[in-house]
Amino acid sequence: MNVKKILIDNKSLVGLLLMMAVISVLSPNFLSVDNLLNILRQTSINAIIAVGMTYVILTAGIDLSVGSVLALAGAVCASMISADTPLLLAVVATLLIGGALGAANGVVVSLLGVQPFIATLVGMTILRGATLVYTGGRPISTGDFDVAESFYQIGGGYVGPIPVPVVVILLVFALFWVILNHTRFGRYVYAIGGNENVTRIAGIHVTRVKVLVYALSGMMAALAGMILTARLESAQPTAGIGYELDAIAAVVLGGTSLMGGRGTLVGTLIGALIIGVLNNALNLMDVSSYFQQIAKGSVILLAVVVDSRVKSSA
Amino acid sequence: MKTNTYANGEMMRLEKVSKSFAANLVLDQVDFTMRAGSVIALAGENGAGKSTLMNVISGVHPRSAGEIYLRGKPVNFNNPRQAIEAGIAIIHQELNLLDELTVAENIFLGREPVGAMRIIDQARIERETQALLTRLKQGFSPGTRVGSLSIAQQQMVEVAKALSFDADVIIMDEPTDALSDVETATLFEIVSELKKEGRAIAFITHRLAEIFQICDRVAILRDGSLVHEGPTSEVTETELIRHMVGRELSHHYPYAPAVPGETRVSVNNLSGAGFNNVSFQARAGEVVGFSGLIGAGRTELAKAIYGANPIISGHLTVNGREISPRGPHDGVAAKIGYVAEDRKAEGLVQMHSLGSNITLGALQEMTGRAGLIDRQREKTVVDRFISLFGIKTQGADKPVDQLSGGNQQKVSIAKTLAAAPEILILDEPTRGVDVGAKREIYMLIQTLKEQGICVLLMSSDLPEILGISDRILVMSKGRLTGAFDHTTATQEAIMQAAVA
Ligand SMILES: Nc1ncnc2c1ncn2[C@@H]1O[C@H](COP(=O)(O)OP(=O)(O)OP(=O)(O)O)[C@@H](O)[C@H]1O
Ligand SMILES: [Mg+2]
Repeated sequence: MNVKKILIDNKSLVGLLLMMAVISVLSPNFLSVDNLLNILRQTSINAIIAVGMTYVILTAGIDLSVGSVLALAGAVCASMISADTPLLLAVVATLLIGGALGAANGVVVSLLGVQPFIATLVGMTILRGATLVYTGGRPISTGDFDVAESFYQIGGGYVGPIPVPVVVILLVFALFWVILNHTRFGRYVYAIGGNENVTRIAGIHVTRVKVLVYALSGMMAALAGMILTARLESAQPTAGIGYELDAIAAVVLGGTSLMGGRGTLVGTLIGALIIGVLNNALNLMDVSSYFQQIAKGSVILLAVVVDSRVKSSA
Repeated sequence: MKTNTYANGEMMRLEKVSKSFAANLVLDQVDFTMRAGSVIALAGENGAGKSTLMNVISGVHPRSAGEIYLRGKPVNFNNPRQAIEAGIAIIHQELNLLDELTVAENIFLGREPVGAMRIIDQARIERETQALLTRLKQGFSPGTRVGSLSIAQQQMVEVAKALSFDADVIIMDEPTDALSDVETATLFEIVSELKKEGRAIAFITHRLAEIFQICDRVAILRDGSLVHEGPTSEVTETELIRHMVGRELSHHYPYAPAVPGETRVSVNNLSGAGFNNVSFQARAGEVVGFSGLIGAGRTELAKAIYGANPIISGHLTVNGREISPRGPHDGVAAKIGYVAEDRKAEGLVQMHSLGSNITLGALQEMTGRAGLIDRQREKTVVDRFISLFGIKTQGADKPVDQLSGGNQQKVSIAKTLAAAPEILILDEPTRGVDVGAKREIYMLIQTLKEQGICVLLMSSDLPEILGISDRILVMSKGRLTGAFDHTTATQEAIMQAAVA
């Protein structure tokens, strides 16, 4: 009885562990330390975006523009690095650009009252266009200055055996977790998703909170863009296409309600790992990339259906 | 034997019905009978199990044990639809209307009459809705969007919807708690008609006078058990209260004359949506009551002062400073607190816990230097309000939507008080609250007043307004039409001003 409740309460984690068990049987290489670290590294970009996305979805919003923000921020960052901009300055500036782009989404959503889906769909289109204009449709290399070498560490470096992106996501996660669970802002994020009108009438500056939420999402997309750019030592104009869907899938797999007001960041992290493990396993098993998409979609559908079954039977 | 009981005029009979939510036993072997052509009152404290009993009858919740007989035959409803088809209509305690649909669409939702090619027969639903509205003496049209109606009007739409089923068994869960005397009188006329037509009616209310007005029998629940059942003519109000709360309660309103201090709120020629050229002043340490019919503009005025509705013209001075609030956050900044009339849409985040609702507007005081919320301090505040109001719950972490209606109302008041306002606007604060808790709220208002809080009280409950207000302002059609003192105000004078 109690065991059942524990299983139900942690069903994302149970799902992840089950999946790992099955895969480790099918593919013996799966459980090697190298491969596991590899999964963590590959997951980190999606996880970073998904952390910001969790905030947005908790307010009953959605952010489709993250992939485009990632590309534009990455491109701007690459040109700064190639122009020998000091590392710290480039990093901070890139984060601020992402934050500003996200805030623009937030303003359209909360001040102009446009539906989040439409507002960020427009954001996604415009910013992708802006990226293509900015890059002229060609990759931007991070260049040959010394700073490019240190910049590379953000995406390709290691702290001991741990890849730097993994360290980054752990820090980001800790910070966002504390904010969401222990600050007023976090409470307001939940309250807005629970009932925006009630929250407004309680005297909370709903507009301000929402703009900030979208800004944070933009900032996380920019951070992800930086890591990707660093690792490839160049920014691709088509980077990040479709990333919003992986992030949304991670959030939903983690048990956060698309209606807002309910969900956890730990769940999102597990959701991102589920997707990461799945991608990795499909690669290990040499499944063709065409089939991978079908397999991935099916697993996500299965997870969500099981989730809603368990919920209604509990 | 079962057919015999039906022959006795027994329409519906519950035998030893029990219900528990998880480990929480909410109904304990309750016997309850509804007869054709008879109105039975169901009374009891907040959380006694009244709504749960009605939800079991109407197929919303499955029962845990016991038997239910309808017209002598045992029934098992798995969902509300089956109950409706068996001839049971229920007006739920909380409004269940879709704001974006029209009145007519709401009433016929899910059973729209269709014509050729399965196209909805719009003319017919409008015609039938209009007939219902006329019967209920409501002035708005079937095509009105429900979201634009007041709470009382929405309640009347719920009544119309229940009538439209033409059911033999009609359950009304606190239908009058949002109505003023005029609408209540209309509703009672309808109830007598339904009675004459031979329908069985169950009526839940916390206004005990209503029980003696229209009910033939009364049943009382306490902590999920039936503690009394009998003809209304054989009990007194005092006895009812004793059955409900297990002790005697004074009938008198706690009231001591105010010692008013400086002016806190000064309103000059204020106009906004729903009210016009309103001027008044309210001082620290006094309770100013606002009376009037539904639609008189009291809620609109309250919201405008708080900042939740725009002000079109005029001046609003709070604590000596003129303000023009652009939103509720400005009202809060001016130390105004507002308890919304509509607790579901404006008062509480239903899916979140009691605790996080109570502290939602008061987190500032509980945030430490690092910006982190002091959970211990938060818990202290939440626990204090739970015990102050006697909120009946399994814990502070339980979601609000699992509380009984009256207990939700208490949470809504606690939420506003937790922010420690200096000016407190209460819009129908005792809506759905039981007799004992009402007294607690009146005493609390008295205490706040003694502490120098300025209280603006909007209420449709005339005895309540007369009982605890130092001054009474009457509104009609958006204007102030009367002003009285505690000592000189009478029910008649107020009613006269209210229809002026
Ligand atoms: N869905 C639910 N889940 C868990 N507990 C519930 C649920 N609905 C009601 N309860 C509990 O059942 C008890 C009885 O609630 P009910 O709504 O029947 O009270 P009531 O007599 O109608 O009170 P009120 O006068 O306040 O409307 C309460 O303690 C409430 O918390
Ligand atoms: Mg109830």
